[in-house]
Amino acid sequence: MLKPRVPLEEQKVMPVNGDEAVAYAVKQCLVDVVAAYPITPQTIIVEKFSEFVANGEVKTQYVPVESEHSAMSACIGAAAAGARTFTSTSAQGLALMWENLYIASGLRLPIVMAVVNRALSAPINIHCDHSDAYGMRDSGWIQLFVENSQEAYDTTIQAFKIAEHPEVQLPVAVNLDGFFLSHTLENVYMLPDEEVHRFLGGYRKLVKTYVDYLNREVEYKLDPANPLSIGSLDLYDYYFEHKMPQVEAMKKASDVVRRVNEEWYELTGRSYGDGVIDSYAVEDADAVVIVLGSSAGTMKYVASLMRQKGFKVGVVRLRMFRPFPFSEVRELLKGVKVVGVMDRGLSFGSYGPLYLEVNTAFYYSKERPLLVNYIYGLGGRDLSPAMAEEVFMDLIEVAKISEVREHLKFIGVRS
Amino acid sequence: MIEVRWYARAGQGAWTASNLLATAAVIDGKYVQSFPAFGPERSGAPMFAFTRVSTEPILIHSMIYEPDVVVVLDPTLIPSRDTTTGLKNGGVLVLNYSGRVEKLYEVLGINRGLYKVYVAPATELAMELLKRPITSTAMLGALVKATNIVSIDAVVKALKERFPGPLAERNIELVKRAFEKTMEVYM
Repeated sequence: MLKPRVPLEEQKVMPVNGDEAVAYAVKQCLVDVVAAYPITPQTIIVEKFSEFVANGEVKTQYVPVESEHSAMSACIGAAAAGARTFTSTSAQGLALMWENLYIASGLRLPIVMAVVNRALSAPINIHCDHSDAYGMRDSGWIQLFVENSQEAYDTTIQAFKIAEHPEVQLPVAVNLDGFFLSHTLENVYMLPDEEVHRFLGGYRKLVKTYVDYLNREVEYKLDPANPLSIGSLDLYDYYFEHKMPQVEAMKKASDVVRRVNEEWYELTGRSYGDGVIDSYAVEDADAVVIVLGSSAGTMKYVASLMRQKGFKVGVVRLRMFRPFPFSEVRELLKGVKVVGVMDRGLSFGSYGPLYLEVNTAFYYSKERPLLVNYIYGLGGRDLSPAMAEEVFMDLIEVAKISEVREHLKFIGVRS
Repeated sequence: MIEVRWYARAGQGAWTASNLLATAAVIDGKYVQSFPAFGPERSGAPMFAFTRVSTEPILIHSMIYEPDVVVVLDPTLIPSRDTTTGLKNGGVLVLNYSGRVEKLYEVLGINRGLYKVYVAPATELAMELLKRPITSTAMLGALVKATNIVSIDAVVKALKERFPGPLAERNIELVKRAFEKTMEVYM
């Protein structure tokens, strides 16, 4: 193994939960503006970060707004003025931001947001599921999901680099499971501040854009010295063309996510699969599950126990949900008999959003696995090892009879 | 991997105790997880917290269903069925209990010999040293005596990180006293 530039013994290990890990990461990222409104289970991020601000440990301008709608609005304004910006929310807070999410991506503003996943009301619930993240899947944000508190720290730092990459220039949402990660204390290795600064190349660098009335390239930001209009009216004559670069930027994002994962490995010794997909024991597996977030850890743990008993099962954790890695999923699962897609959320009247994507990934391939959609963990219902085993055993049964009798199944729900 | 389930009433510091144990284990060079099972967040309602301690990185992220150790912070919870649910055979039960040990198995409603049972008069010690019935740190001391899961030195360091000066000192004293007073119940 390559020796990382900052070996583990030079990284500081801290016992912190996922929310604190995010706050410490943001503290090191030379963030100019944070605007946020507290909501369970994201609250610790905001509490901790405002402590850093109050103690003078960071120079960030902290804007304590009166709602999430304003939080995203403030981030949009700040990012348009050239600032590196961060916010964080959960569930209803994210829903309240919704119209502004599209503005952030449409204006190509590299805002980073930690989404601490929580079920949407009603019934009101503070616990984890992915309905909030699924709700923003079409908004033009890059969506990354982490498995543990260490990855929450690592990915928050990486997110700024991905978002601000000249070929990307898109907002990034870092998703971490409410309570299962946000309130779970784990060992988290942290870098020295100056290494994070170096990794990000200092403060945010702005891309340049050609402006016809100035007849030269200027930095893409609101600047009285080089006046620009950002977010002006754009009707059927140009709107469509102006959405195409967003399509292109999303295409390029996958490679950037991968490269940043490699750079992170060289720096810290840690990487997460290829950055896009993190797989476990897939090579010779007959049955594989695809899953997002912290549940992947539980599935890997149970898969390891089942392998000891001779069951060939594997786990694919998608670290990146948007852009969706269609060809990568197809390649990785070539020849696997049965794939279970686990969704912690669903589209009522349809299936789980992850399941729909996986179907799309396989439609054009000759060798298609049998697919089953498992909805689990709504409203924070724990995915116990017993439930995880139930999913694998069900897939093994499907493989045996080579037929899917039910495409949509609900795990761990009382009848 | 050792899995610990803390059983307490909300407000008694079970999550704090779990975090202190995890912090001490990190100081000892172990991998950890510590998390609460949040309920409706009513002060006084029964609640759980969970700690995992391992020499290897921890993958699993579910709650703990079959703990190796159960720690009960409140004596009024001891008769509850939730005290021993899922506890592995041969597992360790650490109780805040200062009643007659002859009665303990009757109160617990379990067969003798199934578990290793330890008791500590945590409420009395907490009242004496903290002047309030917060039994989290006392029961941490009892847990260390019963299981040796972390070193006392690491617990002392964790307490110094968690609490300001005089409060840390009082809690360190409490942990040490509870450690001394914890007894295995053989009968």
